[in-house]
Amino acid sequence: MSEVSIYWLQQVLNALQLSSIYALIALGYSMVYGILTMINFAHGDVFMVGAFLCFLAATLLDLPFVPTLLLTMTGAALLGVLIERLAYKPLRNAPRVSAIITALGVGLFLENLTLAFYPYPQNVPTLIENINWDLGGVSLSSLQLIIISLSLTLMLVLDYVVQRTPVGMAMRAISWDKTYVPLMGVPVDLIISITFAIGAALAGAAGTMYALAYPVIDPYMGIMVGWKAFIAAVVGGIGNMRGAMIGAFILGGVEIMVVAVLPSTYRDLVVFSLLLALIVIRPHGILGQPRVQKV
Amino acid sequence: MRATLGVFWDRLMEQRWLLPLLVAVGLALAFAIPQFRLVNNYVQLVMILAGINIILATSLNLVNGYMGEFSLAHAGFMAVGAYTSVLLTLHVFPVAAYPGLFHLSVLAGGLVSALLGLLVAIPSFKVRGDYLAIITLAFLMIVKSALENIDVIGGPRGISGIPRLTTLPLVFCWTVALVWLLRNFVYSSFGRGVLAIREDEIASELMSVDTKRVKVLAFMLSAFCAGIAGALFAHLLQFISPRVFDIVKTTEILIMVYLGGIASIGGSIIGATLYTILLEVLRPSTVAGLLSWLPAVVFDPLNEHFIRHLGVLRMIIMPLLLVLVMLYWPRGIMGMRDFRGFIPLRDRLAHRAATPRGPTRNGTADSH
Repeated sequence: MSEVSIYWLQQVLNALQLSSIYALIALGYSMVYGILTMINFAHGDVFMVGAFLCFLAATLLDLPFVPTLLLTMTGAALLGVLIERLAYKPLRNAPRVSAIITALGVGLFLENLTLAFYPYPQNVPTLIENINWDLGGVSLSSLQLIIISLSLTLMLVLDYVVQRTPVGMAMRAISWDKTYVPLMGVPVDLIISITFAIGAALAGAAGTMYALAYPVIDPYMGIMVGWKAFIAAVVGGIGNMRGAMIGAFILGGVEIMVVAVLPSTYRDLVVFSLLLALIVIRPHGILGQPRVQKV
Repeated sequence: MRATLGVFWDRLMEQRWLLPLLVAVGLALAFAIPQFRLVNNYVQLVMILAGINIILATSLNLVNGYMGEFSLAHAGFMAVGAYTSVLLTLHVFPVAAYPGLFHLSVLAGGLVSALLGLLVAIPSFKVRGDYLAIITLAFLMIVKSALENIDVIGGPRGISGIPRLTTLPLVFCWTVALVWLLRNFVYSSFGRGVLAIREDEIASELMSVDTKRVKVLAFMLSAFCAGIAGALFAHLLQFISPRVFDIVKTTEILIMVYLGGIASIGGSIIGATLYTILLEVLRPSTVAGLLSWLPAVVFDPLNEHFIRHLGVLRMIIMPLLLVLVMLYWPRGIMGMRDFRGFIPLRDRLAHRAATPRGPTRNGTADSH
């Protein structure tokens, strides 16, 4: 292969790694929006807490990769349910803006709480032995392989849960209609909590992988990554899970390509301009359905 | 006794001279304080900050409270105003040569910011609710990212060595002028249009409200005020960088607005003042000073375990406060109400006969 094509293949691989992390977080945004039509702005900070839980498990408990991942996912899921029960549930019938502001507040609270314990960036130890395979000039590390394959597995499992299981059916039913579905015996509160738990667990998994791939973590890391994942969800059509995955791969691709062509400081500028253009042109995203406004 | 006091209070509140009198007294104080050193510099600084925060909160309330949208762009407008005015004072009108032209550069900061407000207003014709919130957020991020990428104005390092030109009388005058402007806008026919858009955009369009014009005016006015506040803030801080104006700054302003209560000028004034004071009171040195009369047996452990950590604690307390306000006190201190002195006489007379104006919370800020 020529030098140029090897370079671009390498970039595609890097884009895949970044995108699969974005996709896991974007799914959480999209699931919550699908069910509650609410933007959970604290989701990026759940991801950050996930990264810190991974750091704690690896340094304090000396756990290897798989228990760390499970612990992080469980911890993040609990946090997600706790936030939903304490902060969002009382506001379910309040004006929409109240819930958004509360979510912003919860996010800032999580950031500053973590900052109180860790005022400086922390280094996460390596949990996965670093092996590099050389595939005809393109190098693939064991970490990249694990991140990409694990994210894909989690996404396939989620897709199965949502499309084929009773819980998934209840989720889809609630996002379809909130007045009559509870009358059919669907436990709305439980399903909403489960949705938050799944979304937060995915964010926790993303946090673990992010912490391993980019091992310097700080309490404010969730803001940018969270917003990017949110953009991915909007690009794909928020509320639509397959859309969230597609959006994440588009976003990750754009980011890596921008960095490959322009100075890296232009990344956010390009990404947010893209979002702005997309919202004005096609507000419902790639796979989303436009909502008809009735008068 | 209590009834007499109540009647007296009502009578007092309805006097036409009350508000001008308060402003005149305030103005006299604003000039007297720095002149005769009535309070120390620190208290003066807090007063200036409170004035800037009042401008920010009332102007954000116009979009987020009266119009019922959710804008996150306020810190971005502040940044635009701050950078414009600082570049003008540093490079176009050096203070040494033209001391009076500083006011012009503050005004220019507001005007450029208002122009950019137009950029946010145009998408708002088509997009509402969550998506408009995202657009304003994207605007904030783009402003920050653009400022970081322009190396001539310092890039991520920002600009330092700005002369300190913001004084208490200046901030007082701007605050009064802008609050007066916003109050007049809110009670004008455009203000009625803003309220109508919040309650039902389509219905208001049918009732011949020029929704586009109203939105453009509201966004531009709000951005103008934020730009002025940013310019004043920059010449107070003497240092600006893109990081000063990030999402955290917007969140601070949101806390002031929602603590004070939406759709209330008086509420925003109270919210901003309260927030500024609370933030200062919760500093370790202030609390230690306030509690220093306690015997050492009580004070020392308190200091050791609590007061010394307040610097971090208050950063946790503030967002928690926002969440608690939203959960238990969603209307804030004066949500949907206002000081009687701010409400025009004709409205007061109209409402006296009718039942007290009940807030129509259902559907507020809801995009259908």
